[in-house]
Amino acid sequence: MTTTEPQSTSIETEALVEHPIVRVVACGSVDDGKSTLIGRLLAETESVPDDILDYARNTRRSGTTIPKGEVDFSMLTDGLEAEHEQGITIDVAYRHLYLPSGRRAIIADAPGHEQYTRNMAVAASTADIAILLVDATRGIRPQTHRHLTVCAMMGVRSVIVAINKMDAVGFQHVTFEELAGGVRAAAARFDLEEIDVIPVSALTGDNVIARSAQTGWYHGPTVLEALTSWRPHGAENLEAAPFRLPVQYVVRADDFRGYAGTVVAGSVRPGDKVVVNARGPETTVERVLVAGEDVDVARAGQAVTLTLETETDVTRGDLLVAPGEGFPADHYPRPATAFAADLVWTGEEELRHGRSYLLLAGSLAVPAVVTAIRGRRDVVTGEEMAARTFKMNDIGHVEIATDTPVPLDPYSVSRDTGGFLLVERVSRDTVAAGLIRHALRRAHNVVPHAFTVDQEARARLKGQRPRVLWLTGLPGAGKSTIADALERKLHGLGMHTYVLDGDGVRTGLNKDLGFTPEDRAENVRRVAETAKLMMDAGLIVIVSLVSPFRGDRRAAKGLFREGDFFEVWVDTPADVVVERDPKGLYAKARAGTLPNMTGVGQMYEPPEHADLVVSGAGDLDEVVGQLLEALEVS
Amino acid sequence: MSLAAESAVAPDAVLDALEAEAIHVFREAAGAFRRPVMLYSIGKDSSVLLHLAVKAFAPGKVPFPVLHIDTTWKFREMIDFRDRTARELDLDLKVHTNKEGVDEGVTPFTHGTHEYTRIMKTVALRQALDEGGYDAAFGGARRDEERSRAKERIFSLREPGHRWEPRKQRPEFWRTANTQLADGQTMRVFPMSNWTELDVWRYIQREKIDVVPLYFAEQRPVVERDGQLIMVDDDRLPLQDGEQPQLRSVRFRTLGCYPLTAAVESTADNLDDLLAEMLVDRRSERAGRLIDGEGGGSMESKKTEGYF
Ligand SMILES: Nc1nc2c(ncn2[C@@H]2O[C@H](COP(=O)(O)OP(=O)(O)O)[C@@H](O)[C@H]2O)c(=O)[nH]1
Repeated sequence: MTTTEPQSTSIETEALVEHPIVRVVACGSVDDGKSTLIGRLLAETESVPDDILDYARNTRRSGTTIPKGEVDFSMLTDGLEAEHEQGITIDVAYRHLYLPSGRRAIIADAPGHEQYTRNMAVAASTADIAILLVDATRGIRPQTHRHLTVCAMMGVRSVIVAINKMDAVGFQHVTFEELAGGVRAAAARFDLEEIDVIPVSALTGDNVIARSAQTGWYHGPTVLEALTSWRPHGAENLEAAPFRLPVQYVVRADDFRGYAGTVVAGSVRPGDKVVVNARGPETTVERVLVAGEDVDVARAGQAVTLTLETETDVTRGDLLVAPGEGFPADHYPRPATAFAADLVWTGEEELRHGRSYLLLAGSLAVPAVVTAIRGRRDVVTGEEMAARTFKMNDIGHVEIATDTPVPLDPYSVSRDTGGFLLVERVSRDTVAAGLIRHALRRAHNVVPHAFTVDQEARARLKGQRPRVLWLTGLPGAGKSTIADALERKLHGLGMHTYVLDGDGVRTGLNKDLGFTPEDRAENVRRVAETAKLMMDAGLIVIVSLVSPFRGDRRAAKGLFREGDFFEVWVDTPADVVVERDPKGLYAKARAGTLPNMTGVGQMYEPPEHADLVVSGAGDLDEVVGQLLEALEVS
Repeated sequence: MSLAAESAVAPDAVLDALEAEAIHVFREAAGAFRRPVMLYSIGKDSSVLLHLAVKAFAPGKVPFPVLHIDTTWKFREMIDFRDRTARELDLDLKVHTNKEGVDEGVTPFTHGTHEYTRIMKTVALRQALDEGGYDAAFGGARRDEERSRAKERIFSLREPGHRWEPRKQRPEFWRTANTQLADGQTMRVFPMSNWTELDVWRYIQREKIDVVPLYFAEQRPVVERDGQLIMVDDDRLPLQDGEQPQLRSVRFRTLGCYPLTAAVESTADNLDDLLAEMLVDRRSERAGRLIDGEGGGSMESKKTEGYF
């Protein structure tokens, strides 16, 4: 933009050619004039069709002072019907701008409301440049800090600050300098490479496309010039980085097996060495194809298909990378199972500590658990505060563990291999976007040693098949009674067993946990992990735990192999349970002294696909018989 | 610095970047979904979409079938073109028509354009997707087509019954798509989201992609109605009093059902002329589609019902 003069035209041209499409995120608070500015950019670069312009000339929304017949530029960017009615933008919209250089800009228009931090994060996640609006009549506000924080966090390194509505403050130089100084100070705490502050009137067009006659004291670029002359900086120059290709698809044809994906960093040529998932032996690239044609070299951003010289086991979700020599350890995606990461929480449901989510990174999907919440970031002050959970639009710092080692980069090295999504396993909603800070190289990050005496050996000695029977149901449904009867029976048959009982673990292992949904999730997680250890020791484990939430039970089941875990619903009618009330809990709950009592203050979510449903109000021997049958013990 | 310093982004570079993005989306969806299908409407966008699909999986075959919803009111040239393309590219072509609609005699003239479109396109599409058990469908829609499309995702989630629920749409971070589906959900996938109409034509020119001849000017029999030129493609078009088809040099900017698609007067009978005309006539392409009505809203209502 302005801070550096081009060294030579050829370098400039090259940079532009490398970056034919530049992505821009536009941020501003409601009424700062964002729609007007974008609309004007679109209209004056002839990026909108004439009939849409006519529409913006002839349609008026309530409250506007722009006379009919003149273009209301803010009308050009309106989209959904619902928003028309409310008069606000509630989602990210993408528009195309034909820049005079032939370059294309895709503007992601993010809404200004505080509660839509997540949309801003989406828009910023792919952006090269941010346009940040500041209303000169209102000055720098908390939103300005929020926008800077989110853009910087998502990896935007260039910011164009449009100090808008300069017409309303008489194009005063002092007002501009004061605001510009404030914005530069606010931006100083972020790792930005370039910042242009431009005095603008979106309404009258000053310094949007052409230099304004009203601001003789300003010598920098207009908004359009800043967009047009942008070029990648060091951190954005992905070509210099080590080669990385996340494999999306295996292309098969006669005598052909190629690994298809988009090069996210570096470049690749036939004859280059690559390593699968950054570990294991090197292999050599045989052919590089782009859109079916052989090429000599493919670079970051190109969709390629590679063939390898040696037969190698590569599938969708794998990462092909340049060998690690010569790269600093922190800049090389060595597989790990634990990471420090930042999260932008996007889910309706809060973060459940200990619940298993799906982690998606590129084409890779692995189960993952948030193992620690380190803090929540105040997006206005930048301070980190203690937190137990995240709600929608929260941003925070966590530790996360994956089931299997995955090769992820620090986000600062690569957005594509350092960013990930967390997906809720039942609703399949995206609940968070994550940004890797670094892999955690601690004891628990070590891939487990394969001990010689394993579960199978232990089980063989005991002459039984280790399993977990997970009894879930309302308090008082009869779970403990059934568990007790079943264990007696198994014990009598010479089986090695253990009962993990809800009340039992809460007096020891889990005595630090309460009954909120988050604590219940952690309770279930610990019991499931314990059951897994016991099963590994060769035992038949009977778990007797209310475990009211489907998601938690599903996470528990996810720890086990198919067939090792039986979810048993002890289905007892609610009136029977309340009548029994063996511990007087329902009485207390109804009296209001037990707010989180399942079935009263909290929901019990019955299993939808239980492996077995037994009655807690029927004949006990019959139930035990059913369970023995399920365990294939007679 | 001045604008004059950079003059140098070749249109080709933009097309290369758009092509790479589209191929990325194709591969991601083909890898992630159990049973994807490509919707093929025979128009220019579909021709480009198909070309991109071929490139994405070359030298392998396109790993999914191609589905055409035949309303029985398409231009005849379109059907010829479809069948020829399927043969030449060795495609697994599926054609679906809403048979109940045909049996009930649903036409644009008897039922009105909105109801006709709902039954013969929207319902027909739902039927075909359900019958095929498809969990994902590629489409050629672009964000620049219409203002309400500017917010459309590349991976656009549909709830059971193919309902489009604005609130359920997933945030799209980076290139990472959440392709996970809950029971009954399906996905619409738009690899060309970021293309403009001009990109489409430039790409057709560069790649020498075959398109239906109706896009080029030729003497065709048309009648003029409410200022729109409607082609008399066969004798099913009821002529109003005093209407007499006349031969005029016209072409089409978009292709749909012939009674619902207006032609424009033009002499552009080749790509160079066509691109030149486009740079002059800067009306949006949907201005020629009679079903969209005014403003940007009506498309959205149709989408909520499951229209593509
Ligand atoms: N005086 C003045 N008013 C402006 C300017 N830009 C926008 N506005 C007005 O500010 C209001 C909000 O503008 P709009 O673009 O809808 O803001 P958005 O909510 O940020 O998209 C409208 O009444 C605009 O006409 C400007 O540069 N000067």
